[in-house]
Amino acid sequence: MMQYVANGVVLGATLALGAIGLTLTYNILRFANFAHGEFLTFGAYFTLVFAAFFAGAAPIGPLTFGWGFLLAAVIGLVLSALLALVLDRLLFRRLRRSDVTVTLVIASFGASLMLRNVVVFVWSPRPEYFSRTIAVSREIVPGVRMTGDELFVVALTAALMLALHLFLTRSSLGRSMRAVSDDPSLARVAGIDVQAMIRWTWFIGAGLAAVAGILFGLTVQISPEMGFNLILPMFAATILGGIGSIYGAVVGGLIIGLAQELSVPLIGAAYKPAVAFTLMFLILLVYPQGILGDRS
Amino acid sequence: MSTGREPAGADRPPRRASRGEPALEVRDVVAGYVPEADILRGVSLRVREREIVTVLGPNGAGKSTLIKAIAGLVPVRSGSIRLFGESLLAVPAHRMVSHGLAYVPQTGNVFARLSVRENLEIGAGAHRASGGFRDDLDRVYELFPRLAERRRQAAGTLSGGERQMVAVARALMSRPRVLMLDEPSAGLSPLLVAILFAKVREVRELGLTILVVEQNARAALAVSDRGYVLAEGREQIEGGAGDLLADPEVGALYLGARRALA
Repeated sequence: MMQYVANGVVLGATLALGAIGLTLTYNILRFANFAHGEFLTFGAYFTLVFAAFFAGAAPIGPLTFGWGFLLAAVIGLVLSALLALVLDRLLFRRLRRSDVTVTLVIASFGASLMLRNVVVFVWSPRPEYFSRTIAVSREIVPGVRMTGDELFVVALTAALMLALHLFLTRSSLGRSMRAVSDDPSLARVAGIDVQAMIRWTWFIGAGLAAVAGILFGLTVQISPEMGFNLILPMFAATILGGIGSIYGAVVGGLIIGLAQELSVPLIGAAYKPAVAFTLMFLILLVYPQGILGDRS
Repeated sequence: MSTGREPAGADRPPRRASRGEPALEVRDVVAGYVPEADILRGVSLRVREREIVTVLGPNGAGKSTLIKAIAGLVPVRSGSIRLFGESLLAVPAHRMVSHGLAYVPQTGNVFARLSVRENLEIGAGAHRASGGFRDDLDRVYELFPRLAERRRQAAGTLSGGERQMVAVARALMSRPRVLMLDEPSAGLSPLLVAILFAKVREVRELGLTILVVEQNARAALAVSDRGYVLAEGREQIEGGAGDLLADPEVGALYLGARRALA
């Protein structure tokens, strides 16, 4: 049982990173971006490409990858973030001028489909792996085995969340982003360049999604559908945690991750996705605004 | 840091009376939210340096539109708006604070989920890094001691009067030369209205020029030097605050009407 908890934390960490980006863009742009999952996919594939360039580097300690991979991951992150900016420039920014949110949501759905097909076209529909090395799992506490990569996923996620928290509360840029998410028109009057903050939001949200995709690729596999398969649990996580709340997205991601993994021994792996949504409904019945949502 | 045309150092030779220079000048402005629906139809007004000027008028006269047009939030179709001689027409709304113009909207004028202190930090903008931030903060806390007590609290949890203080304090943190207030008394009790307008006078003593748009004509005129009555998108009456208060026409239209509403 404890083993499933550990697996749930690893999956939950990935979902939480993806959900943060979703909630950030929702907060500022007020729409549910279905193309967000593609930032995970592209993050993983971009990294795959560059990891091949630096394949020579020796693995670090118990991990299956070396410094070359980390460098490739940083490049993958930046490229995914740039992809988000391009997508915003070409598509979302134009559509934002009309006030019909559903247009944006459907457009994001279309963008998601298109991007997924680009992946299939450029790479292939077959799943890929960052490394063929067999990751050796070790007993961390009695009854719980984890690989070095899985521990890395949890540690990196925790570090990124702390960094994001400090960025949003201590830095002037982070504070301005929160001000824009609180009230864009007041932010403009108060001297904040709202368009610049929107670009930063895309950059950070998509960057975190790319990290989530890379981490998922490390612990599971890379495939053109990975982002699409994860987008619904990520939405469940954001809504469950209280949409717009970053800490809610983290809590929601962990709950969904745990619930999905714990459902495996109880009702079988086939019902994993359904578990996420059943749980979301149950929690919304008790907390209609989500666990950490605004109750104002 | 100032982008104004005046030489550095605020004390210039008293060429005219100390309250002579036009700080803000609006001339023949035609403006509206959508094309072919002009709300302002050629309005003109001027606010001299260190003056407090109130714009009165019935609902729908275009008072808020006027203040938003000056703040760069409503497209201006013709006319001119100048701040210390410099045209504001091409300045985007988010650059107004760096030109020395601060604006406090009527509603939604605090960042509800940010703490009081964070609201003030946002207000400080570029000055946050350029030093003097602590002094500015001390000055607004001195002006509104209540905010110092509540600095860690989310602005959304404050009372209406306290929020209004946060909004004004946030605007002051940008070191404006001209401050514009849209209906600052809206939703406040008579006691708070009196306190608020007393604060407006104190703010002027810091060297600011203030333009207020108000329904609450009596309270606003009581602290103002001059006032304008706006109706149908134009300024109809202009005069000293005392004269307007005594003017039977203004009295009948706005002061009495106000009382009837209350």
